[in-house]
Amino acid sequence: MLDPEKALQEGLVSEEILKKWEVRGVSRRDFLKFCSVMTASLALPASFMGQIAEAMEADNRPAVIWMEFQGCTGDSEAFLRANQPTAAEIILDYLSVDYHETIMAAAGHQAEEAKHATMEKYKGKYIAIVEGSIPMAEGGIYCTVAGDSALNIARKVCGNAAATLAVGSCASYGGIPAAMPNPTGAVSVAEAVPGITVLNLPGCPLNAENLTAAIVHFLTFGRLPATDSLGRPKFAYGKRIHDNCERRSHFDAGQYAEGFGDAGHRQGWCLYKLGCKGPETFHNCPTVRYNEGTSWPIQAGHGCIGCSEPQFWDTMTPFYRRLPQVPGFGIEATADKIGLGLAAATAVAFGAHGVASALRKGDETDTKVKKED
Amino acid sequence: MAKKIAVDPITRIEGHLRIEAQIDGGKITDAWSSSTAFRGIETILKGRDPRDAHHFVQRFCGVCTTVHSMASIRAVEDALKIQIPDNARLIRNIIMGIQNVQDHVIHFYHLHALDWVDIVSALSADPKKTAQVAQSISNWPLSSATYFKGVQDRVKAFVGTGRLGPFANAYWGHSAYKLPPEANLMAVAHYLEALEWQKDVIKIHAILGSKNPHPQTFLVGGMSIPVDPDSQNAINADKLALIGKLLKKARAFVEQVYIPDLLAVAPAYLDWGAIGGGVGNYMSFGDFPMDNSGGIDNLYFPRGIIMGKDLANVMAVDESKITEDVTRSWYEYSDGGAEKHPYVGETNPKYTGPTPPYEFLDTDGKYSWVKSPRYNGEPMEVGPLARVLVAYASGNADAKGAVDFVLGKLGVGAGALFSTLGRTAARGVDCLLLAQKTELWLQQLTQNMDRGILAVHNAEKWEPSTWPKEAQGFGYHEAPRGALGHWIRIENGAIKNYQAVVPSTWNAGPRDASGKLGPYESALIGTPVADEKQPLEILRTIHSFDPCLACAVHVLDTRGNEIIKVKAL
Repeated sequence: MLDPEKALQEGLVSEEILKKWEVRGVSRRDFLKFCSVMTASLALPASFMGQIAEAMEADNRPAVIWMEFQGCTGDSEAFLRANQPTAAEIILDYLSVDYHETIMAAAGHQAEEAKHATMEKYKGKYIAIVEGSIPMAEGGIYCTVAGDSALNIARKVCGNAAATLAVGSCASYGGIPAAMPNPTGAVSVAEAVPGITVLNLPGCPLNAENLTAAIVHFLTFGRLPATDSLGRPKFAYGKRIHDNCERRSHFDAGQYAEGFGDAGHRQGWCLYKLGCKGPETFHNCPTVRYNEGTSWPIQAGHGCIGCSEPQFWDTMTPFYRRLPQVPGFGIEATADKIGLGLAAATAVAFGAHGVASALRKGDETDTKVKKED
Repeated sequence: MAKKIAVDPITRIEGHLRIEAQIDGGKITDAWSSSTAFRGIETILKGRDPRDAHHFVQRFCGVCTTVHSMASIRAVEDALKIQIPDNARLIRNIIMGIQNVQDHVIHFYHLHALDWVDIVSALSADPKKTAQVAQSISNWPLSSATYFKGVQDRVKAFVGTGRLGPFANAYWGHSAYKLPPEANLMAVAHYLEALEWQKDVIKIHAILGSKNPHPQTFLVGGMSIPVDPDSQNAINADKLALIGKLLKKARAFVEQVYIPDLLAVAPAYLDWGAIGGGVGNYMSFGDFPMDNSGGIDNLYFPRGIIMGKDLANVMAVDESKITEDVTRSWYEYSDGGAEKHPYVGETNPKYTGPTPPYEFLDTDGKYSWVKSPRYNGEPMEVGPLARVLVAYASGNADAKGAVDFVLGKLGVGAGALFSTLGRTAARGVDCLLLAQKTELWLQQLTQNMDRGILAVHNAEKWEPSTWPKEAQGFGYHEAPRGALGHWIRIENGAIKNYQAVVPSTWNAGPRDASGKLGPYESALIGTPVADEKQPLEILRTIHSFDPCLACAVHVLDTRGNEIIKVKAL
């Protein structure tokens, strides 16, 4: 990450822009730090700082309409824990969050008026953010706001937005309401409103740093970042947790925690035998972590539950069962064999295939999963 | 002439809440509380591993995150008769303690304050006078005229853009706002400070549980965060010190900012000490075990019930007297009855409301996705007020000291507690008590580690092969918003039935078969409304309960066949 002082010296960001932010109560140093962090988050060279700074210019604050449907407000709470920049900075300085039920002062008709005003004034330009799934059963009666169904609202608001960000696993893939047997017919935003431009930012909840990075990418380049086949930005979901895990060396060395609180568990050994789903999950948790980089599940001694993967409530459960057979080696023997010296070969097989989740779909008894070599 | 209005969405809450109210002569004469969203998580739990349930139910709510995990693992532990290690008790108490503290501060500043504080008025405040006011009520260091001038300039620049974002189109200038500009400016400054503070102090959840919201650290039988002074991968001296530092930071803000602000704002609104009382029945399940017996006799906040505002008579709680009524909720029971105990509870959706888009609900029929819980047939208010009242009336010395201090400062009697203002003040007391107590549990955890006691999980009954064929259990918790109960039935190692009766179900529920109003509805009766187009007063009373609707609406029968039947209708 580029040091803000150095960026100042090199004049990467124009004096005019820095002055504008100072008037708004944001110091040069803070603003440059923000631009620098964003450049790094998006894996861009330092020379892009100027472009990011221009995109963030105060008078250009993009309007945002944040809608919550079948959610738990966990993604909004995650947003409040954001650090680079903080929620206060985002709300006051970087975006114009014109509608967000959890934080907005107005209620009822006044709240709805604010939303409609933004939809009209910034038609085709505002950013729609959706938290929670959308229930399709029975004409949408399972979720209404201001007397209208979530589906109708999403169609109107997302349909006229420049882009829609699906925050969290519910908006991205249906999440927990869509888990079997999906009582309310819950679906993702992309399924509910086909044809719109959506970026999926799954996670339960999503990592706020990925949200701010995605927004800045959009403002800087005028388009959404490159995604994988599941609509997730590659900058955040491009790598397997297992491949970036701080405990990977223990996996390779055959050192496994056998129980919670045992000697291996206390020494930070691999959590594979306690059910960790890191080998099947793509997410940048190991590098970005949560709450300003304080920790993440594996660091705190609990296996990954695969929360950034579609239908993880069905495909990754039971959470404490070790992953079923993966291609190339037997089920129950797997971890023990690694301990007997097969580490290198099995690790390669694990990393190279990674289709275990595909194998498991619709299968209730992992012990019966057929072997595929 | 009476007029009916609808406020939807009620904002600055968790979830989807709609209030319809009849207003006559400037006062609310009738009210209907409706939740307008439903997910059905209990159906989803059917047949799953009971050890996984806490992950699912934690997603009832991301605001009061942790609380459903807590109740869930206690329900399974009760069913399987599992004793947890002492370290697990202490870690749970610390996690629950800071959850309450952080949640209450967010509620006061970010969800409730704008009902009492006029941001626009803060622009005309004199920063010097603001500094004098601030320094007269607290030793909090951020209180200079320069500091308040800086905050004011920032807000001015923001307002100057002409784009008010989340503060647009609100009730600024409403006649019900009573604070002088200086108090408003001070509150705005603390609104911004609290936004920074909340994300810092909740790092305790990340240290002990990987992240917040939705920590991943609870386990049936204990916790998954290891403790070991000789490991860099466990809670060691370094991490204990960090938790201690964050607890001090939490406590300092509560003692030096939140409580002084509460006491400074309340005198302008003492009339709200006689508004918004509600049903007058209070229930607390009690929480924060002070020993590891697994019993409920030594809880920091005691368990108990108060009926009809009678503080002289605290009664024991018998969970078998709890039922849920669906007469006015969008559900029906298979036997056609009105109420069921949660162990045999069922929730078959039966929507009879209008087709969206609609203007008003049919409040003569069913009108909410929230059921109506009753204790011995009576509606009960739960939450910080109930928790503090039960502790106060039970003679808990800490609660008595704090409540009497607040009442003395405001110059009002205990009767003022049964009100909108009382609810808001009791939340502050609750927050203060836990901000001060949680340090004790960290000390005890440190002592255990010092003695070489490192267990965090009891794995004796981890494997389903060790379980009885059938078992059932009740898990309790005093969540930030009040008494929370989970009831689980386990059969052949899988979940047979799962029901949760949560704080906002108790408070937000509609009428029951006998026509008794729920606590929100009851509290709104008599509330003055100066301008029915700007129903600020409705927000005051509803927000004083700290609604959490995603929690309240989740209950669905785990015997899911009925669901399919309903869908085919």
